[in-house]
Formats: sequence, C-alpha cells, structure tokens
Amino acid sequence: MTEVSMVVNGRKVSGNVEGRTLLSAFLRENLGLTGTHVGCDTSQCGACVVHVDGAAVKSCTMFALDAEGADVATIEGQAAPDGTLNVIQQAFQDYHGLQCGFCTPGMVMSAAALLKENPKPSEAEIRDYLEGNICRCTGYHNIVRAIMAASGQDVPAVAAE
Amino acid sequence: MYNFEFVKPATVDEAVAALQAEDAQPLSGGQTLIPTMKQRLNAPSTLVSLIGIDSLKGVSEAGGVLTIGAGTTHATVAAEAGAYPALAALAGGIGDPAVRNRGTIGGSLANNDPAACYPAAALGSGATVVTNTREIAIDDYFQGMFTTALEEGEIITAVKFPIPEKANYQKFEQPASRFALVGVFVAKTADGVRVAVTGASEEGVFRWTEAEAALSANFAPGAIEGLSASADGLIGDLHGTPAYRASLIKTLTKRAVTAA
Ligand SMILES: Cc1cc2nc3c(=O)[nH]c(=O)nc-3n(C[C@H](O)[C@H](O)[C@H](O)COP(=O)(O)OP(=O)(O)OC[C@H]3O[C@@H](n4cnc5c(N)ncnc54)[C@H](O)[C@@H]3O)c2cc1C
Ligand code: FES
Ligand code: FES
Repeated sequence: MTEVSMVVNGRKVSGNVEGRTLLSAFLRENLGLTGTHVGCDTSQCGACVVHVDGAAVKSCTMFALDAEGADVATIEGQAAPDGTLNVIQQAFQDYHGLQCGFCTPGMVMSAAALLKENPKPSEAEIRDYLEGNICRCTGYHNIVRAIMAASGQDVPAVAAE
Repeated sequence: MYNFEFVKPATVDEAVAALQAEDAQPLSGGQTLIPTMKQRLNAPSTLVSLIGIDSLKGVSEAGGVLTIGAGTTHATVAAEAGAYPALAALAGGIGDPAVRNRGTIGGSLANNDPAACYPAAALGSGATVVTNTREIAIDDYFQGMFTTALEEGEIITAVKFPIPEKANYQKFEQPASRFALVGVFVAKTADGVRVAVTGASEEGVFRWTEAEAALSANFAPGAIEGLSASADGLIGDLHGTPAYRASLIKTLTKRAVTAA
C-alpha cells in the first residue's frame, strides 16, 4: 500500500491504495463519495467522469496514484454547501434530463467541462461533446435541452434524434 | 486486474532506469493499457507512469516540422497543432473528450492498434519517431498489428511531422468503439503524395501505393477513379466485410483529396 494525497472538492484528502486502485475506487471506497458511478468499468459509458486539474476524465481509467497532488472535482462538490443545486443540476431537474439517474453524475460533470470551454454551445456541439457519456433512459433529448438552458440559451424544440 | 508496483519518475533517464525491472511497462494516458489490464490481457509487474515527465509534453514548430512530445494529450494536440490543421483535426476526433484529455500520441503510436487514428497520420505524413536512444523513420516503424520497431524498455519521447502542403484525414467511425472502421490520411508534399490507411488491414496501418502514384501525377479525386483497393488481407468482422472496407478505402481517399 502507498499513501496518496489529493484535493477533492476543495478538501485535502489522503488514503492508502494499491498500484491498481482506480481513481473511481479511491473516491467511492476510501472517501465514500459514491456519487461518482461506475457503469461499465471499460472506459465506454462516462458515468464515472470527474474533473482532474480541471479536465474531464474517466475516473475508472486512471490510477489513484496518478492523481497524487491533483485537484479533483466530483458531483458531490457541485451543489452549494446548503444543498442548493448548481445551474446545470437545476436545469437537469427542470428539463427532466434524467430518469434513473445513473448516468447523471457523469453527464453533469461533462456538461460542466463543456460549458467551461464553450459557454454557448450549439445543439450539435452538445451532442458531440457527450459522445462518451451513455444514457440508456432519456434518449438524450432532455439532457441536451437541460444543457442549453444551463448555458442561458433558449431551449428550442430540440429535435429528438 | 493483477496488482503491480507503481512508479512515477520525473525524468526520461529515471523512467528508462525504472523500466529495467522485470516485466516493467510504461504507462502514459492509460486509455488503452488500463482496459487491457482489467481484462488481464496485460499484467506488468511494474508500471512506470510517464505523465510526470514535463519534457515529454508540448507542441512546437520549427523549419516546417511540427514536433510533439510523446506525453502530449490528444486534447492538447487538437488545441495547439494549428500549424498542421489536418493533424489537429484528427486528434480532436479521437474517442471522446475524456479520452482525449488523458490519451497521448506516444501511447497511441507505441500501441499501434489496427484501428487507431495517429498511425495513419504518422505514416501518411512521413513522420519520424524519436525515442530515448534513436530516431526511427516511420516506414520502418510499424511492423504489423500491435507491433512496432520499439525495443524492450525503449520509450518514445517525441514525434516529428514534416508539415505537408495539404493534408486531410477521413475517419469512418465505428460508433460503438469510437475508433475508425476505416480511416484514410492523405498528404501532399513537394516529394509527392502519401496515402495511409487504418482500420482496414489485418497487418495494421499501410500505404496505398497505387493511389499515391496516381495522386502524385494528378491531385484530384478523379485520378483514382480507375483504381480499386484490394480486399486481400483486409479485416472482416461483424462491422464490415473485407470488400466493404476496400470500398470505403477508395471512397474515403477521394473525400480526403477533395477536403485537403
Ligand atoms: C472509448 C475510447 C475511444 C477511443 N477512440 C479512439 C479513436 O477513435 N482513435 C484512436 O486512435 N484511438 C482511440 N482510443 C485510444 C486512445 O487514443 C488511447 O489514448 C491511445 O491508444 C493510447 O494512448 P495512452 O496515452 O492512453 O497510452 P497507454 O494506454 O498508457 O499505453 C498504451 C501502450 O503504449 C505503451 N506506451 C505508452 N507510452 C509510451 C511511450 N512514450 N513509449 C513507449 N511505449 C509507450 C504502453 O506501455 C502501452 O503498451 C480510444 C480509447 C477509448 C477508451
Ligand atoms: S465506468 Fe468509467 S467509463 Fe464507464
Ligand atoms: S437517466 Fe438512466 S442512464 Fe441516463
């Protein structure tokens, strides 16, 4: 076991891990931050997306030890301390951007990364950016609408694909 | 996944030394290696993470040559390789944003997946692979699916791309894997045209030399109208037959020439 330290949602944390401990496992099992979901564990679905030093990454496809010293943001750090949802989360609620909710943490974290890079994305840019985030419930339609709304744009009758 | 010892050196020399350990292997972005280790297709006893080595990162241009550090992510190449727009566009089309934020050019070329995008760009551009010990011309580098000229313990440090007059990459995406079902990279240089094909052959990336000759004489899609790519040795799987892939090679080559 090796000790690893990083900052998660603004808080300094550390724990003992093996070489093979994935960042997703460290977040969920060592820190109890189970909001980061593991859907496929094969790098395909994006349910596990977190930000490492500001960049969206699949936490199931990174070793915890490679995040030594990094600044990590997860879904648990998105709402205000009093529980008020952030603008993306609130838009997902308002526009029914989730059904079972399993993909939602990854969707919200990917959406946050997109809006940081591109504050007013088009519908096509949103769909393109979410290529690595799979949702088996919503058909994506309302997720795209929610992100349009979160970016302060009119939510047109975005055509269902 | 079997456990291993994890080391994270800060310099290439330290990494080369650490790779002397038995069954040691380099780890770059992990976007290929971690999934294969989960499947136990790969079980190194030591992993040498290269991502703490700053000298392996960055994009620079000098004298018409674009040099990319092996540890540069696809996202960084997409954003910073503006001097070679076809290459920047190729990098921006790999996988999805999270894969592009971790995956690196060195990892992609070391792995030589038969459906990967960078091998087509490197072969199509006539690039040079720089390692800790030597420079390898790209025509000597790829040696069949998942096989390269790299020796045990040798690390790619950078890749040098001569910037062509015109180039374009056409990727026909396999939507489930996000890799290329077939991809064609065309580059026109003062010395002629190169056409590199990925995703199609059992042997990995290859040059379509008949099309190169025809396009060197006349750089127009019509120049290859009379040619057809051979289906011999092409991949046949549930996504496409060899004949389908052969047909895609020609179609994508024409599109690349038009778009270049
Ligand atoms: C969902 C998904 C979609 C993808 N889509 C595409 C796609 O469309 N096109 C595409 O081209 N790729 C695609 N990839 C693969 C991706 O581009 C990988 O990043 C790349 O193949 C490997 O780079 P890496 O840095 O992650 O390498 P790693 O996984 O860390 O390493 C790969 C191999 O290279 C070796 N290695 C790494 N760095 C070096 C070095 N500097 N010197 C010597 N050996 C080294 C490792 O030991 C290992 O054997 C996809 C991956 C995923 C998960
Ligand atoms: S759990 Fe990480 S991509 Fe699916
Ligand atoms: S809401 Fe169920 S998987 Fe997306």
